[in-house]
Amino acid sequence: MDAIKFVHDQMTNQPEFPEFRAGDNIVVSYKIIEGDKERIQDFRGDVIQIKGSGSTKTFTVRKMSSGVGVERIFPLVSPNIVGIKVLKYGKVRRKRLFYLRDLVGKKARIKERKFTSKK
Amino acid sequence: MNGLIGKKVGMTSVFDGNGRNVACTVIEMGPCVVTQVKTEESDGYSALQLGFGEAKEKNTTRPELGHFAKAKTTPKQRVVEFRDFDAVEKAVGDLVNVDEIFEEGDYVSAIGTSKGKGFQGVVKRHGFKGVNDATHGQHNRQRAPGSIGAASYPAKVFKGMRMAGRDGGRRVKTTNLEVVKIFPEQNIILVKGAVPGHKGGFVILEK
Repeated sequence: MDAIKFVHDQMTNQPEFPEFRAGDNIVVSYKIIEGDKERIQDFRGDVIQIKGSGSTKTFTVRKMSSGVGVERIFPLVSPNIVGIKVLKYGKVRRKRLFYLRDLVGKKARIKERKFTSKK
Repeated sequence: MNGLIGKKVGMTSVFDGNGRNVACTVIEMGPCVVTQVKTEESDGYSALQLGFGEAKEKNTTRPELGHFAKAKTTPKQRVVEFRDFDAVEKAVGDLVNVDEIFEEGDYVSAIGTSKGKGFQGVVKRHGFKGVNDATHGQHNRQRAPGSIGAASYPAKVFKGMRMAGRDGGRRVKTTNLEVVKIFPEQNIILVKGAVPGHKGGFVILEK
């Protein structure tokens, strides 16, 4: 598998995004090309899955859009992603939060991870 | 036909200049050693015989050992002849590298041995439709081949009638694969799409 890793290293430039985990609330800004026009759109939601490795690593963001759950899968090294901002760090007990799909309303909330400085 | 022998490493995906995600196969291509040069005068046709992959000496026959010794090289696992090889002038014992034959943007054919599927029915093996009805009197017929011919005339089943049997594990050629990228130092080539065979299997790329 070394050759594939080599290809990953050569063909992709590792993006410098802030670290995030499953359960975090993030905003993904990505380019949309319409004909010859280009604009940037934001997608805000909870990360429910991070999978893969190297240049095939992807993450799934889920949001509720007017009562309908919407999920989008982004490749992490996609050149169309302009930026990622982490808004909230979530406190979850697993890496894949598919149980959120069955929950609605207040139950679908994710507890926030609080950072306390050690003294 | 110009070409080279290589080994399939696996698949991955890369982004092209337009931001599109392209599925690619990574192949370790060459360097291949020229084991014989056939010419119009001596053999009646012109061709280049290439060898690739280190073979054990104990698994190589005596005549083959002599053949490789002539080219001053170690025994090779695969030896393939390419007719009318005109990309580069090579003598016996020379190495042929991937960047001498292929360029990025070329369209190539890949030849490999497809993955063995074992004993398969006609739906998978020959693309039959089966009987697509579970009702209307059908029972146990959903993947059945149907009729295999008429009755008292011709009173036999024609040879070559497509039936169930061993599937896969045969020579397959995939054409019109685009070369996405070449790494000459690492002898790695990336072609768009899938290539027949399993990882580690031998692949012949032709241009």
